[in-house]
Amino acid sequence: MYGNLVLRPDEIPNWGKKIEEEDPEKLAEFEARIARGEKIEPWDWMPFEYRRQLIRMIEQHAHSEIIGALPEGTWITRAPNFRRKLALMAKVQDEVGHAQLLYSAAETLGKSREAMINDLLSGKSKYSNIFNYPAKTWADTAIIAWLVDAGAIINQTTNSKGSYGPYVRALERICWEESFHLKYGYDSVVYLATGTPKQRAMLQDALNRWWRPIMHFFGPPDTQSVHTEKLVRWKVKLATNDEMRQQFLDMYVPKIWELGLTIPDPILHKDPETGRWVYSDPNWEEFWQVINGKGPCNAERLAVRRFAEANGRWVREALKSPQARYVMPLA
Amino acid sequence: MASLDPRIRRAEPALWNVELPPLLPLDQWQTYEVFVVRTRGSHAQHVGSLHAPDPELALVLAKEQYARRSTCVALWVVPTDAIHRTASEEEDLFQPATDKSYREPQGYLTTRERLEKYRHRLQSC
Repeated sequence: MYGNLVLRPDEIPNWGKKIEEEDPEKLAEFEARIARGEKIEPWDWMPFEYRRQLIRMIEQHAHSEIIGALPEGTWITRAPNFRRKLALMAKVQDEVGHAQLLYSAAETLGKSREAMINDLLSGKSKYSNIFNYPAKTWADTAIIAWLVDAGAIINQTTNSKGSYGPYVRALERICWEESFHLKYGYDSVVYLATGTPKQRAMLQDALNRWWRPIMHFFGPPDTQSVHTEKLVRWKVKLATNDEMRQQFLDMYVPKIWELGLTIPDPILHKDPETGRWVYSDPNWEEFWQVINGKGPCNAERLAVRRFAEANGRWVREALKSPQARYVMPLA
Repeated sequence: MASLDPRIRRAEPALWNVELPPLLPLDQWQTYEVFVVRTRGSHAQHVGSLHAPDPELALVLAKEQYARRSTCVALWVVPTDAIHRTASEEEDLFQPATDKSYREPQGYLTTRERLEKYRHRLQSC
């Protein structure tokens, strides 16, 4: 009964297989396990397509945490007081920590961390679009910490009901830590909203800038987004983009209105008959442009990341041990 | 557009001219599994993994990664390849093949009943 815990990616027997080439008996067993509500662990058999989709998803999530720390990080040196500076540093450190947890979860599926970092730095891998926009004023950091993190929590709470054990465990920890971000963000927003006319104007201005990227945050509308029934059955995708967007609007529009702020969408309202929010087209064309590298900050974000990587390499190099042997982490 | 970050403006133009050969396997070091002891008297619990060049730095990084908030009294790190586990196809090994009630407290539910019966018998004599 001696087991095979430690695998190298090249030891995964069905690596690269198309779903129709997989062993039907094992596939049925795998699907039955998920249907029973059990988790899949790194050492279980899984179809390559499940692996591939999860690697893509978790890797993008990890990159988003790393790049997401940058727009807020630019404000650490200019925080309005010491307590806010400490809180912002803690938040940024958390985001980078979340990336570490997520990279580890993705690695258990067979893609090495080096390969993921290479793909981020070369521009091959994507990360959340919203971080390609600039944080112009301090109020932008407040809006990010409150509303972007609120969006992230909705997304992550949804995904934490998924089937892959290591991802679920990482998300549970992340959600727990992010509840501080949300409180901190809301506190910062309320502070400005209840402040001087100038502070209120700065906050309204930030909301105007961020509303459209926030509407983009959950991804394109369901009519344009291709997600197969298979990913739902495998509990990789747990809610559609529109479902999560509606949930966000339900939870946060009343809170924004309560502060006397104006949401820059004249037709935004909840249809009393359908119970769904109606909103203007947030310009999906812009969303696709930014994803494909034409956003205001895409180049700067990757340049900063590359600069940091290039300047830190000598440290890694100096500490490397020739005895090290790569194995996939446990979780 | 010009960056809004003064630190980035200071780093220019070097920022835009970075030579960066791709990372090779193990450039990010090997992995360690991390265990947290939450309070004195509790078992160490596995919480995840991290990359580190040696056990000493693994502990430093584990503190940053897994003990930023929750208080704990100790951390353990173990190189991932030092851990062995039973095979996943053998999960049913842990299901009892036969009645194992003799080794469970629930296997001894009739003791009191027996004693009560005996006492009843004595009284009715």
